[in-house]
Amino acid sequence: MALSNHTIVTDPDPIFGKLRWDSIPFNDPIILTTFLTTTIITVGVIGAILYWGKVRYLWDEWLTSVDHKKIGIMYIIASLIMLIRGFSDALLMRSQQALAVSDTSGVGYLPPEHYDQIFTAHGVIMIFFVAMPFMVGLMNIVVPLQIGARDVAFPFLNSLSFWLFVVSAMLVNASLFVGEFAATGWLAYPPLSGIEYSPWVGVDYWLWSLQISGIGTLLSGVNFFVTIMRMRAPGMTLMKMPVFTWTSLCSNVLIILAFPILTVTITLLTLDRYLGTHFFTNDLGGNQMMYVNLIWAWGHPEVYILILPAFGIFSEVTATFSRKRLFGYTSLVYATGCIMFLSFIVWLHHFFTMGAGASVNAFFGIATMIISIPTGVKIFNWLFTMWGGRVEFTSPMWWTLSFLVTFVIGGLTGVMLAIPAADFVLHNTLFLIAHFHNVIIGGVLFGYFAGLTYWFPKATGFKLNETLGKWSCGLWTVGFFTAFMPLYVLGFMGMTRRLNYYDNPVWNTWLLVAGAGALIVLLGICVQLYQIFASIRDRHQNQDTTGDPWGGRTLEWSMSSPPPLYNFAKLPHINDRDPWHDMKVNGTAFIQPASYKKIHMPKNTWAGIVIAGFSFVMGFAMVWHIWWLAIASILGMFTSYIAYTFVRSKDYYVPVEQVESIENKHFQSLKDSGVEVIAETQLKA
Amino acid sequence: MKTEVNSSNRQSFYKPFSLGILIASLLLLSGCKEEYLLFQPKGEIAAQQTDLIIMSFLIMMIVVVPVIIMSVVFPIIYRSTRKETEKTKYIPNWEHSNKIEFWVWSIPCAIIIWLAIITYQTSFSLDPRKPIVSENPTMRVHVIALDWKWLFIYPEQEIATVNELTIPVDTPVEFLITSDTVMNSFSIPSLGSMIYAMAGMENQLHLIGEEIGVYRGYSANYSGFGFSGMKFKTHIVNNGDFDSWVNKVKSVNRTLTPAVYNKLAAKTKDHPVEHYSTINPLTFNYIVEKYTGPQGSRTSNSSYINPFITESNINSPSKHIANESGEQH
Repeated sequence: MALSNHTIVTDPDPIFGKLRWDSIPFNDPIILTTFLTTTIITVGVIGAILYWGKVRYLWDEWLTSVDHKKIGIMYIIASLIMLIRGFSDALLMRSQQALAVSDTSGVGYLPPEHYDQIFTAHGVIMIFFVAMPFMVGLMNIVVPLQIGARDVAFPFLNSLSFWLFVVSAMLVNASLFVGEFAATGWLAYPPLSGIEYSPWVGVDYWLWSLQISGIGTLLSGVNFFVTIMRMRAPGMTLMKMPVFTWTSLCSNVLIILAFPILTVTITLLTLDRYLGTHFFTNDLGGNQMMYVNLIWAWGHPEVYILILPAFGIFSEVTATFSRKRLFGYTSLVYATGCIMFLSFIVWLHHFFTMGAGASVNAFFGIATMIISIPTGVKIFNWLFTMWGGRVEFTSPMWWTLSFLVTFVIGGLTGVMLAIPAADFVLHNTLFLIAHFHNVIIGGVLFGYFAGLTYWFPKATGFKLNETLGKWSCGLWTVGFFTAFMPLYVLGFMGMTRRLNYYDNPVWNTWLLVAGAGALIVLLGICVQLYQIFASIRDRHQNQDTTGDPWGGRTLEWSMSSPPPLYNFAKLPHINDRDPWHDMKVNGTAFIQPASYKKIHMPKNTWAGIVIAGFSFVMGFAMVWHIWWLAIASILGMFTSYIAYTFVRSKDYYVPVEQVESIENKHFQSLKDSGVEVIAETQLKA
Repeated sequence: MKTEVNSSNRQSFYKPFSLGILIASLLLLSGCKEEYLLFQPKGEIAAQQTDLIIMSFLIMMIVVVPVIIMSVVFPIIYRSTRKETEKTKYIPNWEHSNKIEFWVWSIPCAIIIWLAIITYQTSFSLDPRKPIVSENPTMRVHVIALDWKWLFIYPEQEIATVNELTIPVDTPVEFLITSDTVMNSFSIPSLGSMIYAMAGMENQLHLIGEEIGVYRGYSANYSGFGFSGMKFKTHIVNNGDFDSWVNKVKSVNRTLTPAVYNKLAAKTKDHPVEHYSTINPLTFNYIVEKYTGPQGSRTSNSSYINPFITESNINSPSKHIANESGEQH
């Protein structure tokens, strides 16, 4: 079962490093088809851009943009593209397992050498290149608007973070066509990921793409932490911050604390693989347990980095569509804080079976369970937000309700896994797989989808099609339950994760059901893509002319949709937790100012995309041991950064006339939609 | 007459639930099947773990069921599309209630305290290192994870097997587990706990089989391309059968010498069952010490020779990195 791409090159060429013609898997029909399709799509897109002469527009308005709203939109587009890639991997795995009943290998259509890369890529892509960018994208669009800021604290850094994410995603995709990806599981436990047991370039792709994307995420974390701490509108004290901003803040604190651990761990593994050090090898004092501890000391907070903003989204959505203030705001904030703290002291529950003593296991098991207390409180808070409200069943609300039911089941199985003695039999079975998909799909993903539907009109100026949104939510929910409940059952049958084939025919029935569930989810994704297409097509019917299509409560609904480039012509003064709702009630919401001032804004910059571009080349060169190119691209990164520091004009003022014309247009649109606008001059009179 | 009416009433009452009852009974029926390994424990450890799983599930149900009901009922009660006459009270500014806050914090706390006590107790009572109390003496089996097969050494019987484990019924077994390759996890779901096998380290696991039969064993931690084939059959047999099995293995007349072992340790997929009649001089410690160097009193004993520790793998470990990594590609 030889795959030509698993070649071990021991004598790297000075020019091409380990790169050979046979590094490209021409002989694999699946990869070749994917390659051709991707090439055709890419050529088509580039052709279209050239045909309509949009290169200049794309470069000026998007690629070099430091506008947080545009960066946010680009994050989410990229994340949806990667979702398709990651989901294709899921379908491949489901179909392989549905086919592979046999005593010996060689069944199904994916040999282990390929299949093992697929489950690794699936995990890496879904966490790093779907969930993370989706979250950062939503944070980008929403947080500055919610706190009354005109941009993030470090706009250039934001652009750099985004492009670092893009190039690392490209590096993962490159591994599909040149060489291979890691076949180690998504966290690449050594010694399997060490050079002795994985002498191919797959793990190197894993190392460099995660390293680059991790640094991008860390920069984002610092950026948003500073933005939230320093750039809130006057009057917005910490306890007046919207809940999404609160959860984003906690999430960013976690990023700042956890991602350096990832960076260091990956660096140590890199040293093991490139320089022959022995941090994590079997021999000479290397300690694989150290790696597992370190990677989960990052990995567990990572889970909460993803879920906390989703909790924030559910809070916003529930309050808005229950037409009511959020129940137990203080409780929710403290619960978020508790979760943030506790998420750092539970990492060992990922490996109770490593052989730690009973006291250690008991400590981490109980600490893990304690997390379910604040999480439970949050769920009750959302439930009591609906109590006494006027609940509207919009599609964001559908996602939220589906989340509540799904997530509780995930929490239940999570607590079961947190009991060390129970984990000794449940660990690494499909029960575990079902559990974390239960919380990541039912919690994280449903939350982001709710957020996407909720804030879509704010970012683009028109709503997504509601009917299709509800269909996709329904299909996702049914598909999720059909795909993952069988995995719980299989866990009870003792089926281990990551199997390429198995000799127990009883498992097959359940795996077929799970496969059917994956197809229902596929349908849900197709409906979602069609929803986006149809909504863009019908954008004139779905247009949001007031900037407040849902009757929102927080500041982001106070300006036009899409927001003007400077967000706020005049910075609002905050007196309430639901400032926009408060303004609407007090009649101070739609006041047209008599005069404006010029607005200080950052200029676009080429530096982000250029530096990230060099880092892609660096990553690729390091993977293939092309030393001269790696050195050249590192020099390129430094030179372009230094060149950027010499650019004198990094900012400019939006002239009063431009502000005035943009704002007048918005107020005209408000008047046209029947909103009563009061002129400031009138008020004074 | 009256009873007839009653029974027909009952039937009509059950009708809407008939599907649910059907599904529930199917689940119950299937729950009795042998395939649900975690609910069909074949030993004391596994039995306690089954109870623990069911217990924790039921305790969690105290909060899970109400929450699911509330998530369905609340939005329906408070839906905005209700007829004006049926509308519930609208309290748009209600955002705090000490009474509710008290309950939503204290109920989860109470449940978690309950579970924490159980967790604490079972962490100790089901600690893999804890010897099992039994009338029968404890038997020892040494387990070595290789690429991609399991080697079982029976130090007391002085035999070894590959991908086949045979143990006498009702006898506590102390497994000493290590790996001569990457991390694996030694798992026999029907008997209970699993534990990682790691090179240079020795993990301890106590299990007992109390029902004669053949049970599946796996590696539960992904270990490379041959991982799916790292499965073995665990035979639990009565004492007489065990002795005759040992004699059968002894009669094959193959010795597991260091040279034979090295050959066995090379990467193979779907490795067949193998028997070795003698293990001398191979011991479990040699394999652990391959990575740690001589341990304990053996470090000072100059006459101690571990055949797996040579000058080359002590001084230049990176040598075998390039050479041994090639496999059947």
